[in-house]
Amino acid sequence: MAGLEVRGLSKSFGDTRILEEISFDVAEGEFCVLLGPSGCGKTTLLRLVAGLEAPSTGTISIGDKRIDPLPPRERDIAFVFQSYALYPHMNVFDNLAFSLRLRGFSKQEIQSKVTEAARLLELEAHLERKPQELSGGQRQRVAVGRAIVRRPKIFLFDEPLSNLDAALRAGMRIELAQLHRKLQATILYVTHDQAEAMTLGEKIMVLDKGKLQQMGNPSAIYHKPANTFVARFVGSPQMNLIEGKLDDKGIVFRAGESRIDLSGALSGHGADYAAKDLTVGIRPEDFHPTAPDGAWIRGEVEIVEDLGSDKFVHIRSGHAKLVARIAPDVGLNRGEILGLAAAPNRLHLFSNGKRINK
Amino acid sequence: MKRKTFFLFSSIAIGCFSLLPFLWFVLTSWKTPSEIEAIPPQIIPSFYWGFYRSALEQYGLLRYMGNSVIVAGATTLFTIAIGSLAAYALARFRLSWTRFYLMLLLAISMFPQIAVAGPVWRILNYLNWLNSYHGVIAAYITLSLPMGIWIMTTFFKELPYEVEEAALVDGCTRLQVLWKVVLPLAAPGLFTAAILIFIHAWNEFFFALLILTNPTLQTLPVGIALFPGEYTMPWGEIAAASTMATLPLVFLTLLFQRRIVRGLSAGAVKG
Repeated sequence: MAGLEVRGLSKSFGDTRILEEISFDVAEGEFCVLLGPSGCGKTTLLRLVAGLEAPSTGTISIGDKRIDPLPPRERDIAFVFQSYALYPHMNVFDNLAFSLRLRGFSKQEIQSKVTEAARLLELEAHLERKPQELSGGQRQRVAVGRAIVRRPKIFLFDEPLSNLDAALRAGMRIELAQLHRKLQATILYVTHDQAEAMTLGEKIMVLDKGKLQQMGNPSAIYHKPANTFVARFVGSPQMNLIEGKLDDKGIVFRAGESRIDLSGALSGHGADYAAKDLTVGIRPEDFHPTAPDGAWIRGEVEIVEDLGSDKFVHIRSGHAKLVARIAPDVGLNRGEILGLAAAPNRLHLFSNGKRINK
Repeated sequence: MKRKTFFLFSSIAIGCFSLLPFLWFVLTSWKTPSEIEAIPPQIIPSFYWGFYRSALEQYGLLRYMGNSVIVAGATTLFTIAIGSLAAYALARFRLSWTRFYLMLLLAISMFPQIAVAGPVWRILNYLNWLNSYHGVIAAYITLSLPMGIWIMTTFFKELPYEVEEAALVDGCTRLQVLWKVVLPLAAPGLFTAAILIFIHAWNEFFFALLILTNPTLQTLPVGIALFPGEYTMPWGEIAAASTMATLPLVFLTLLFQRRIVRGLSAGAVKG
């Protein structure tokens, strides 16, 4: 087993705590995405694994071998930088061959490994070029190529697609997924883009303020967010979070004019939260429109966004602003009063920011 | 248009003003002995090459030039070799005292030479290094290192650090990073530092005079300064020798002009 194992990893710069007690595993061959907003410590975590920073506490192992005391070159990892960090004074061939030469491979081996990587990444025509003569997408490929030529145990990616334009990014995303399948590589991939995380990750770790918020497969992260941070961060448009109070019987949730029956969602645990503050989360696509009278939520339509495939309605209900996805063929106008409801099993309930329903 | 002509004339004026002394001794070197003494002065020489011959043959200019090449060349090599290691550490390692150390270097490079002349002489005398190449080279290295380290540190800091980190992950040791990535990328900066150090060592007079009393080891500035005898003032030979002493510097600067300009402006605009 040559997976990655991180235990109790913390990092502080001076008095600033960047990471607190992070523990996780990446199984061999797994594509694991580290997702979080900028400044959450995800890049620092990656740099700790790479050995570019020293941890304050904690251990990092690959398989059974502790790697945290080792310098980067002895860890058998590859790092793809956000800025690509190609060697500007070397052509593409030499960029790809650099690590192989340092490891004393023979000329023939270097030639064949570089050619193979270049073919995989469609860089054969550019081997003689210098990095500054390449387009952004090509530089990106060279950066990936530099990582794959020597088949390291772990690949580390630091927001590799963030410098590409939208169309190229979507293309490279697919290519990275295919590359992972071909190479069966163990990957730890950092991004702040939740769409990237959802499409690429077999496992997603959501990080915020230096703490691991949730770890799981994309479906679990999306459908069972562990707290309001994850609920808000994953999904576009964002999940609607409605703050209010449960009544004394633990059945009806009140927020302004809205009344939501939580007896289904709480399935018998209502009494535990009776008369307490709760947050109810509903994804825009889980809303369905109903007649305004007696609806859970009543609101006035403010904006209708028609994206062709989807239609999003922005609604104001009391002080709350909500977004609902409705069928593209439903006609709605500004100012119209709309009623909204959702299936009980589609509700996300949070108390003190933590998820309380299953 | 008006601004342009003003710019043109003022740059010509400044150029002439700076070049005037140089032009004067170049013209003097081509005069005949009687033209040099002429009153009123004769400005246009008759292109007489006799002083060049006597500077080379009677005054042994080539020997001085050889000494200068050895001393300035070795000073440059050693300063760059030692200085680049120091500068890399100062630029990249997170050490608490680097800022203080850089300020100290800058302060040291502004020391008046006369202040250290005594100790330098005593140390070299104690080591029995007076009147030797290594003695004067050692003194020059200490003089040029602070400036050299300072220039190279600013250069190394400008380089994108992620490229070096990529090299570390790819399998380099720190020294390999310096050798295979940093030095090639910082080449314009190294050239600038090298040329400035070389020019400084080539022109240095005071320490050379102090350390080198043996005429066979003396460098150009000292050698030329000692041309005058007790009863003679060989203006022509001095002018010819000065012209020849300047040529290598002019040649070097023209050869590496573009690199130097790129180097000197590195702090201002990211290249």
